[in-house]
Amino acid sequence: MTGATPVVAAAWPAVHLEGVTAAYGTRVALADVTLDIPRGSLLAVIGPNGAGKSTLLKLLAGLLEPSTGTVDVLGGPPGTHAHDVAYVPQAETVDWDFPVTVGEVVMMGRYPRLGIGRRPGREDRAAVVSALETVGMAAEVDRQIGALSGGQRRRVFLARALAADPELYLLDEPVTGVDATTQEELMDVLEAETRAGKTVVASTHDLICAAQRFHQAAFVNGRIVATGPAEMVLDRDLLSDTYGGHVLILPGDDGGRLVLDDAHHHDQAPGRESHHHEAGV
Amino acid sequence: MDAIGVVTDPLSYGFMQRGLLAAVLVGIVCAVMGTFVVLKGLAFIGDAVSHAAFPGLVIAFILGLPLYIGGAVASVGTALAIGFVSRRGRLRFDTTVGVLFAGMFALGIVLFSTIKNYVADLLGYLLGNVLGISTGDLLQVALLGAVVLAVVVVLRKELLYATFDPLGAAASGLPVGFLEYMLLALLGVTIVVSIQAVGIVMVVAMLVTPAATAQLLVSRFERLMIVAAVLATIAAVSGLYVSFYLNLASGASIVLVETLLFLLALTLGPRTGLLAARARPEGGGGGRASAG
Repeated sequence: MTGATPVVAAAWPAVHLEGVTAAYGTRVALADVTLDIPRGSLLAVIGPNGAGKSTLLKLLAGLLEPSTGTVDVLGGPPGTHAHDVAYVPQAETVDWDFPVTVGEVVMMGRYPRLGIGRRPGREDRAAVVSALETVGMAAEVDRQIGALSGGQRRRVFLARALAADPELYLLDEPVTGVDATTQEELMDVLEAETRAGKTVVASTHDLICAAQRFHQAAFVNGRIVATGPAEMVLDRDLLSDTYGGHVLILPGDDGGRLVLDDAHHHDQAPGRESHHHEAGV
Repeated sequence: MDAIGVVTDPLSYGFMQRGLLAAVLVGIVCAVMGTFVVLKGLAFIGDAVSHAAFPGLVIAFILGLPLYIGGAVASVGTALAIGFVSRRGRLRFDTTVGVLFAGMFALGIVLFSTIKNYVADLLGYLLGNVLGISTGDLLQVALLGAVVLAVVVVLRKELLYATFDPLGAAASGLPVGFLEYMLLALLGVTIVVSIQAVGIVMVVAMLVTPAATAQLLVSRFERLMIVAAVLATIAAVSGLYVSFYLNLASGASIVLVETLLFLLALTLGPRTGLLAARARPEGGGGGRASAG
């Protein structure tokens, strides 16, 4: 199976953080993070709720300014290579009642490169079709985004990221709340992207998926607890360091099973929520 | 008077021609901006910005400046201040807006009460009087409305992305902060342009109602704007004719027609309509009727 760390000729890291602290107001979400993510990585960011997984992704996406330290993304401060970065937010932050079709959502991935005042051309339409085919959603191109299931919505947002043809994917819980088939297929797509030299950083609550389908893992809990190959996700000491008292390891022949008591908070399908204020008006 | 005369006779009056043009222009601009207002949940902000224009109008009146200038400075300024507070503030957002707009409106009323001479102009701004619009005002409405529409058309891709998914759009390099401030500034301009037609109190209806009605009828972003603009045009024309023949307040008549269209869409529309909801169990109901 997968899980082996691929040999990637990384001339320089896709992401480099040094002494980074991030805060919302006075509440520190991440402290003193130093982290290198080589190009071609398929990195799972794991940790309990509120540990700073989303904060780490937002720092890399340039959506949050660090209060101290330096962030370097694709060889510059976040934002300098924004067209080469595709960020997919958590499903809860999206207004699914919004009047857009699947095809329109994926086309948004093309907008930043197109530039102001230019209409999408043949190449853009071809990229949209190709991205939708890759995630198995080509037949749904004209459906309203809200008419899709949770798994289909994640597929469409991954297609939008693919259509942007980025160097770096920043995915906030891309496989949360999706069925096993969808999870496998989405991970196949991401793995193929990393084989093509792209870098994938994704937060997840699913430790089994992290251990089996990702190549590297970063343990986060207000700081970086550890980084390394994905197999170490199943290391008991690391898990209890990361999750504190919230991890339960059941004994068994293969070294035990994991139970996390906060792993499913994000699974319910969100209704229409008013996130407008959080995101600014 | 024949049927054609019913339509054409009012047009022999210059005030009716100007009023119709102004009402249609304002209706279209409000409907297009209203699409963003409805999708982003900015109805309360729209109401706040229109009320905040009042002290600006009063101050301009006292200083003898063009009223538009005062209203524009106050409403665009308030819109941008609200944007700033929403990005930086620690208080609950709607609380801050509520405090700001009530305070601004109170300031307007207090200043208004100090004026001793003729204030009919200002009262017109409170309740609106589209039939009293001058040729110069009409030109201003047309010019500012055209600017708002042009900006929305040129930036529609970016505005769509930034409205639907501000985080994804910002991460991929779109200037989401700038777009949000610009949208608020356009909202401020739209409101100032609309105040003379329907008045401070009812501008929010012009913004929200056609877009909300369109939302009941279509589910694509650009169609939403177009349908909202068509509905606003229908409401502006029929509302003004009703007000002409029945001698009713013009702005309120337009808003009432818009509200009527909304209620029609709500009860008859294909998506949320009560009739659509009833369509399925109707077979069972028919069965019961034949049994009874």
